[in-house]
Amino acid sequence: MSSETKQILTTDGIPLEVSLKKAERRNKIKAFLLVAPLLLFLIITYVFPIGEMLMRSVDDKMVTEMLPKTYKAMEKWDGKELPEEEVFAAFHEDFIKLVEEKREGKLSTQLNYTKNGFKSIIKKLRRKSKNFEEGNYKEQIMAVHKRWANVEYWNAIKRRAPAITGQKYLKGMDMYKNETGKIVSVSEDRRIHRILWLRTLEIAFFVTLFCFLMAYPIAHLLATLPMKYSNLLMICVLLPFWTSLLVRTASWMILLQQQGVVNDFFVGIGLVADDARPEMMYNKTGTYVAMTQILLPFMVLPLYSVMKTISPSLMRAGKSLGGTPIVAFWKVYFPLTIPGIGAGCLLCFILAIGYYITPALVGGASGTLISNQIAFHMKSTLDWSFASAMGLMLLTGVLAIYWVYNKLVGIDNIKLG
Amino acid sequence: MALPKHTELHYRIWHYFYLFICGSVFFFLIAPLFVIFPLSFNAEEFLSFSDGMKSLDPDAFSLRWYKDMVYGTKNPWGLAAKNSFIIAIFATIGSVLLGTVAALGLSSRHMPYKGIVMAVLISPMIVPLIISGVAIFFFMAKAGLAATHTGIVLAHIILGTPFVVITVTATLSGFDHSVTRAAASLGSNPVNTFMKITLPLILPGVISGGLFAFVTSFDEVVVVLFLAGLENTTIPIQMWTGLREQLSPTILAVATCLIILSTLILVTAELLRRRSERLRGINR
Repeated sequence: MSSETKQILTTDGIPLEVSLKKAERRNKIKAFLLVAPLLLFLIITYVFPIGEMLMRSVDDKMVTEMLPKTYKAMEKWDGKELPEEEVFAAFHEDFIKLVEEKREGKLSTQLNYTKNGFKSIIKKLRRKSKNFEEGNYKEQIMAVHKRWANVEYWNAIKRRAPAITGQKYLKGMDMYKNETGKIVSVSEDRRIHRILWLRTLEIAFFVTLFCFLMAYPIAHLLATLPMKYSNLLMICVLLPFWTSLLVRTASWMILLQQQGVVNDFFVGIGLVADDARPEMMYNKTGTYVAMTQILLPFMVLPLYSVMKTISPSLMRAGKSLGGTPIVAFWKVYFPLTIPGIGAGCLLCFILAIGYYITPALVGGASGTLISNQIAFHMKSTLDWSFASAMGLMLLTGVLAIYWVYNKLVGIDNIKLG
Repeated sequence: MALPKHTELHYRIWHYFYLFICGSVFFFLIAPLFVIFPLSFNAEEFLSFSDGMKSLDPDAFSLRWYKDMVYGTKNPWGLAAKNSFIIAIFATIGSVLLGTVAALGLSSRHMPYKGIVMAVLISPMIVPLIISGVAIFFFMAKAGLAATHTGIVLAHIILGTPFVVITVTATLSGFDHSVTRAAASLGSNPVNTFMKITLPLILPGVISGGLFAFVTSFDEVVVVLFLAGLENTTIPIQMWTGLREQLSPTILAVATCLIILSTLILVTAELLRRRSERLRGINR
């Protein structure tokens, strides 16, 4: 055979290969153009803002921009002894400018975050600096207050030099960077965030476990009953699924309150005394009960869709080969349902870990989760960068779980209704 | 599920125990919803069954709280309902349009980078709502859309599209592409083919995706809490405020109405699902 095999041509005289490639590319572009509007919309309104959260969470430009000359002069300073006159002069220059723009208050607030005691000495410096003479700023500033002559305060200023910081993330884990730059934990009685993270994990884990234990039998029943019965029972699963979250939470608030239906029932059957009605809401119990009921459909549906595909003859075969029903179930049926268990558990866990509404309403102080803390910082303290940092920490966790979910089950297997 | 006659006693006990467990779980799932129903007709201001209600005394029941819901001045339920419906309808239209078109592209076997694009498109469903809320709030505040209907509608389109994308791609997965090729070979242009051939076949998927988007928007509270001003209050916001501040029976009247609405939606969704399965030739 000769090396120059004859090329196949289309009727236009273009080689077939080229023509096919062109058509392929056109199809690709066509498909992409269909997806493009939504993709673009989501990138602009959703993906970028999440990126902005990242920027906000590490943003620490404020002080850097307020003291540009100081930080330039500080570059050569080793931080062991008091800085040279040059640094003081630069600081004075920056400070005068800030006073003119009436921004020195912000500087004192910011520096006070880093080290306590800046507020008063900056106020004092502003008053005294009006009468400063030119030259020898080191002496003059140090004379304002003895803290200005303390090297630790200058180190504190220097620590705020970088424009980005991981401080909010450390705060989210109850840690901070101390004077020497080492990362240490805050004292034990102030570790509120760690408790919240652990509690979030704990509640998500147990809610998932309860959901699994309750969903498995009913999913099995739904999958094995004849159609006409199972359709009716399916409504019991789907109706809560389609009902407003707030309605379901409201019904739990009515049931669980101290004068509520459940307590009335307990008193009625003599389980508890009328004057000793247990507190079932505004604590962890409330969160557990309400979240389990609300997330239960998300566990039942994946389990059901897997169990529906398992042929009943497999169990019969297991039994006919001499296995007791328990052995047949454990060795034959259960392993076949594992994909459904994985899907249901991960879905439940992902949803539970980011829950906000229900814990906020029935959780009280001991039943709130990390989401509630994020909302608190968004709305009450207005520390948006801290809220962003915690949000991203939560998001990382969820994405990691989701990645596992995708590896095990695949996104395409998400079933709705 | 009748047991065969020869079943041994301990299996019989085990079987009834299993049915008992299942019954309890179903009760746990559905009973809380039915507590709301009678209590919303309570003639008194308490959220528990009065003695009159327990003895089925007709005087213990009234439509008082339904009247308060409609005519009451303290809670602007009317405004909230109007806002909720307007926002949900526009959000549904937006989600369905964007989502269906995107699903068409995604189901094409020529689509490049399918995995990553799909991940981005359904991300609003996976990311916890509180984080979505924060991110969307940052965007809307910058774009000057916070506390406007437009802003909330856009936010709900973001949250609603994943459902449309998923349901429509699922419908398209059983779609026989030879019918569109047949239409094209008979001289139909792509738009005509879509309207006359593809759309009628995928319509059940589109509508059920739309229902999901509608419910998502109608029931959404986390993101709206960040975005809404006083003028944009919605039913979920009113309920949230009511539940936080004071549990009044009016909320139960609203909740009853919402349960009826969700029952209607559930029935529609179920009918559509069966129809879709029939159309696609899936028989179970």
